[in-house]
Amino acid sequence: MIGGLFIYNHKGEVLISRVYRDDIGRNAVDAFRVNVIHARQQVRSPVTNIARTSFFHVKRSNIWLAAVTKQNVNAAMVFEFLYKMCDVMTAYFSKISEENIKNNFVLIYELLDEILDFGYPQNSESGALKTFITQQGIKSQHHSKDEQSQITSQVTGQIGWRREGIKYRRNELFLDVLESVNLLMSPQGQVLSAHVSGRVVMKSYLSGMPECKFGMNDKIVIDKQQGKGATSDDSAKSGKQSIAIDDCTFHQCVRLSKFDSERSISFIPPDGDYELMRYRTTKDIILPFRVIPLVREVGRTKLEVKVVIKSNFKASLLAQKIEVRIPTPLNTSGVQVICMKGKAKYKASDNAIVWKIKRMAGMKESQISAEIELLPTNEKKKWTRPPISMNFEVPFAPSGLKVRYLKVFESKLNYSDHDVIKWVRYIGRSGIYETRC
Amino acid sequence: MTDSKYFTTTKKGEIFELKAELNSDKKEKKKEAVKKVIASMTVGKDVSALFPDVVNCMQTDNLELKKLVYLYLMNYAKSQPDMAIMAVNTFVKDCEDPNPLIRALAVRTMGCIRVDKITEYLCEPLRKCLKDEDPYVRKTAAVCVAKLHDINAQLVEDQGFLDTLKDLISDSNPMVVANAVAALSEIAESHPNSNLLDLNPQSINKLLTALNECTEWGQIFILDCLANYTPRDDRESQSICERVTPRLSHANSAVVLSAVKVLMKFMEMLPKDLDYYGTLLKKLAPPLVTLLSAEPELQYVALRNINLIVQKRPEILKHEMKVFFVKYNDPIYVKLEKLDIMIRLASQANIAQVLAELKEYATEVDVDFVRKAVRAIGRCAIKVEQSAERCVSTLLDLIQTKVNYVVQEAIVVIKDIFRKYPNKYESVIATLCENLDSLDEPEARAAMIWIVGEYAERIDNADELLESFLEGFHDESTQVQLQLLTAIVKLFLKKPTETQELVQQVLSLATQDSDNPDLRDRGYIYWRLLSTDPVAAKEVVLAEKPLISEETDLIEPTLLEELICHIGTLASVYHKPPSAFVEGSRGVQHKRIPIQSSESQDTGGAPGATEAPAAVIPSQGDLLGDLLNLDLTPPTSTAGAPPGPPMPMGGMDLLGGGLDSLVGGGGSLLTPLSLLWLPAMKGKGLEIMGTFARRAGVIQMEMTLTNKAMSVMTDFAIQFNRNSFGLAPAGPLQVPTPLSPNQTIDVSLPLNNGGPVMKMEPLNNLQVAVKNNIDVFYFSCQYPISMLFVEDGKMDRQVFLATWKDIPNENEAQFQINDCHLNSDAASNKLQGSNVFTIAKRTVEGQDMLYQSMKLTNGICVLTELRVQTGSPTYTVSDRHTHALWVMIPARAGV
Repeated sequence: MIGGLFIYNHKGEVLISRVYRDDIGRNAVDAFRVNVIHARQQVRSPVTNIARTSFFHVKRSNIWLAAVTKQNVNAAMVFEFLYKMCDVMTAYFSKISEENIKNNFVLIYELLDEILDFGYPQNSESGALKTFITQQGIKSQHHSKDEQSQITSQVTGQIGWRREGIKYRRNELFLDVLESVNLLMSPQGQVLSAHVSGRVVMKSYLSGMPECKFGMNDKIVIDKQQGKGATSDDSAKSGKQSIAIDDCTFHQCVRLSKFDSERSISFIPPDGDYELMRYRTTKDIILPFRVIPLVREVGRTKLEVKVVIKSNFKASLLAQKIEVRIPTPLNTSGVQVICMKGKAKYKASDNAIVWKIKRMAGMKESQISAEIELLPTNEKKKWTRPPISMNFEVPFAPSGLKVRYLKVFESKLNYSDHDVIKWVRYIGRSGIYETRC
Repeated sequence: MTDSKYFTTTKKGEIFELKAELNSDKKEKKKEAVKKVIASMTVGKDVSALFPDVVNCMQTDNLELKKLVYLYLMNYAKSQPDMAIMAVNTFVKDCEDPNPLIRALAVRTMGCIRVDKITEYLCEPLRKCLKDEDPYVRKTAAVCVAKLHDINAQLVEDQGFLDTLKDLISDSNPMVVANAVAALSEIAESHPNSNLLDLNPQSINKLLTALNECTEWGQIFILDCLANYTPRDDRESQSICERVTPRLSHANSAVVLSAVKVLMKFMEMLPKDLDYYGTLLKKLAPPLVTLLSAEPELQYVALRNINLIVQKRPEILKHEMKVFFVKYNDPIYVKLEKLDIMIRLASQANIAQVLAELKEYATEVDVDFVRKAVRAIGRCAIKVEQSAERCVSTLLDLIQTKVNYVVQEAIVVIKDIFRKYPNKYESVIATLCENLDSLDEPEARAAMIWIVGEYAERIDNADELLESFLEGFHDESTQVQLQLLTAIVKLFLKKPTETQELVQQVLSLATQDSDNPDLRDRGYIYWRLLSTDPVAAKEVVLAEKPLISEETDLIEPTLLEELICHIGTLASVYHKPPSAFVEGSRGVQHKRIPIQSSESQDTGGAPGATEAPAAVIPSQGDLLGDLLNLDLTPPTSTAGAPPGPPMPMGGMDLLGGGLDSLVGGGGSLLTPLSLLWLPAMKGKGLEIMGTFARRAGVIQMEMTLTNKAMSVMTDFAIQFNRNSFGLAPAGPLQVPTPLSPNQTIDVSLPLNNGGPVMKMEPLNNLQVAVKNNIDVFYFSCQYPISMLFVEDGKMDRQVFLATWKDIPNENEAQFQINDCHLNSDAASNKLQGSNVFTIAKRTVEGQDMLYQSMKLTNGICVLTELRVQTGSPTYTVSDRHTHALWVMIPARAGV
């Protein structure tokens, strides 16, 4: 199990050090600093073995978190724990920075004592932790006996993510379908790989212990329902509307065995913000933009670049925050750009031409052309053209996912499904959206 | 809010100031002071002097302050055990507190204080807490049992905590169950045969029920525990699989990987014609692919595991090639792993895509990645015959880029392609020859020379090319020298007329001017062959070469099986068994995949039997990896158990040169003198002197490493070949690197006898491979048999008598030791030091008869009768042994 947990600043000074196992000594703190943080080379692996001690690290801005062990631990668990640790810290004091860590070091030690016991991760849901680990530090003494047992049963219980007795005057639900669409396209316009990784993020402000059921246009579910009596005509029609989900994962509140057997998503939601599910699709993805690059080398000191982007969605919808990055060689001396729409600038620090367009409707086309002057170099190696990348945001789900329903049942309190105000929003963003040139 | 101020003070006299503040009457000031102490502790300052003052603050109703004091106690209690006792009362009192959070805090902290005196006081409160009404206290107490076991295992057993812990598996609260499982699993690891977890269908059912209810971490503990279970039959195996598969949709990647581990292991028991088997295979792919959208560090762990899974069951991911395509912004460690998997998945169906990708990668920035990509193209050519032509032309394109390392890498792989497809692509040789001058890496030079020699008849100026290499013959690495020698001999056999001078030159360089024995030997062999029978020489040197196989870098099947059982853990990340990086007894147990039940045996066959790794192309660097991996693997047949019965061997006299040292008398040294094992000449500057010793029951290989080369040496590793007693390194070679020129260090390598067994000639011969950044060196040495005598070899008198009689006479051997001037008592004492125990002594007709016993690490007992003729320097030894094996006496015991 985890033998110790250290937090360092970018210089390698230790800010937090908590040792859980006797086999981890103080020298481990220094070993990591010397061998990883101060190593001149780029880090070649997130797991480092130094003198029979294994170090797992993650970096958040310029803070290093390192978990140390001498045993054959579950490596995936250690990383998941480190991420969770970051989540918990963020939930308590927002940004993970050197200043915030120093300001909250007592709190962090208290948290570390609670969420890791002898190196075994314990309940690390920030919702539950906040009920008894507070920045005031003294709150827990004033809990009544009932409150105390409520805390302990929540921390250890089956529904560790939600406490009892939550009350809202207005029962409200916000549901965001956030997708990031990833593309790798060849210069000839052939799709090399494309997938959507989506998340269903919710904010729930519901009273009591509500039971929720979430439905979407999952092909398997729809086909099953249609199998029950609809004609083949129907299924052909709705076949378009349903999507094939390659795989999905759920927040721990979702009953996995029920999903496995009936493919229904039912759960008692945490209070406030949480991520209900993640999913991935690869079939029938709507690629919102197509990038057509044209690069011509004119002699040894000049490049001509022309890039066309085409929007490929309903004309009534608007894409936003469009940004195209066209990489330029390291020996670029000057760039002239002409674009029909938006603004384009050569950013020497990024070695790229950045072309920004605020808004663009569907079924449109726009173009940029640039002349790049190069300094003559005697370097033998040819410039390897990095791909052209793109960023954007569109108001639909590129996977085609649709929310069909979200039902809320709370038998003990007197509100019913239609009393709950529900909001649904779809946002499609670019993930790694690249076209080689 | 601004706790950061505590980090800043660094004046002298600080300790005194803190002391005063800690003893202040004001609560706030006290708390401030404790915070300062903790801040100092964090940055590594020694604040142990404040121990009594801090402990005094413990009696408080302020929970935050209390937690801080506890934190301090956990850090310093060990250094101040007497003072730590002061804290006991408060702990015991806190364990009775009405607030469950405080009870749990007390028991949790107490378990972290590793002071014997305190642990005694811990037992009673712990017993109560294990049965506490509050689940939060129980789950904390469960972990505390594991803590206590780590400090004092005997105490835990004596107090019956293990049984209480077992009861907690049936607890109503899922988190208590999960923590109890975690604690029991850990304790069970240090008691391999205790059957502590007692997994049976009933307890498995309880675990599976808790699995649905507990936290994500608890699910991991339970799944990891389940993976150790062996179902009774395929039906039970299937039902467990069915209940574990829903976990594949969990958001936590570790839960997913642990579920994959259980499924991969239990699948082995299912008949392959079962519908469910196919369904399960299909269900495994999507979650594995999803892992690749996790954060990069987790992707890395996932990819290392997928690498194993793909080798074990290629069918799972064969259609998922695209997801392993490298993204421009992937961290380098993710890129390299993806590349590895791409090659494994490459097949005729997807080769076009793969090649297009690889070509793209070969123009990237990172040198390691580019090299690997180029090498991958070569491997594709060898793996998928239809693609060979395209691969070769891609490689030629890459050679045209003239990027130095790309060219060299390409030439190395083209050599392999030539070997795989002889007489097909030789037209490219001309292009290769153009790049001769730019090759500066030994491997590339050697590959090029091989090509020139092999196709000498097609290259007009082959003699000129080879001659150009010959100029700097002595500056070349051995690899290149050997290759050059062979190539020139090949050339001579093909074009004898014009190259006579050249061949003479190289033979004289290799035999007369070289210090390298390998080179010299090879030179002489060629020389003699050529001078005695040129026809035979032709047959030998130009013999047809065996084809090379297509799969490279496969992990050896037994190791692969073990690693599959460790999916998700560090072992699967390192691709090494836990024993290779974990100290002590933990994790040394080898895990195995259960074998399919007998009724369906014929359909499946033994796991791994279908994969025939056969000959492997020794690609650069990987050869070493293979060698190391291969040898690291213990034989699964003896897994967990002591080494199997030694194979029968004929009677053999081990006495040999040992007599001399016996006779040597005098010295009481039990360690033989260091011998030169690896001369610097042979080790490319690395000299190894070494000897063996037995210390505290552990055989130690003691070596003195000297760097006599001009450059630093790093990355040391050691491996043994199979040997008679299964000796194997108990850990990696701990050489503080780098070893700078002219530096000498002593290393002591503990050995165990868990390695593979093979009879050696002589019996105590040990072949060793030592690796460093320069090369791999092989040498053999002999260990004194007395190293193998174990400390508990003393036999009971009666047993000795009975055994002596039981052993048939043919197991007896007799010989004499001359010139030994010790009397029988002195001899007995000396032998005792080497674990040769005197059981009885009697005097008959002026002869002292000593009856002695000794036991070998593999359990063989040897009984000896030592007759000492008073006044005569001659000993007569007869010995009998329990196995019809060897006759031996403590040859090098240094009497």
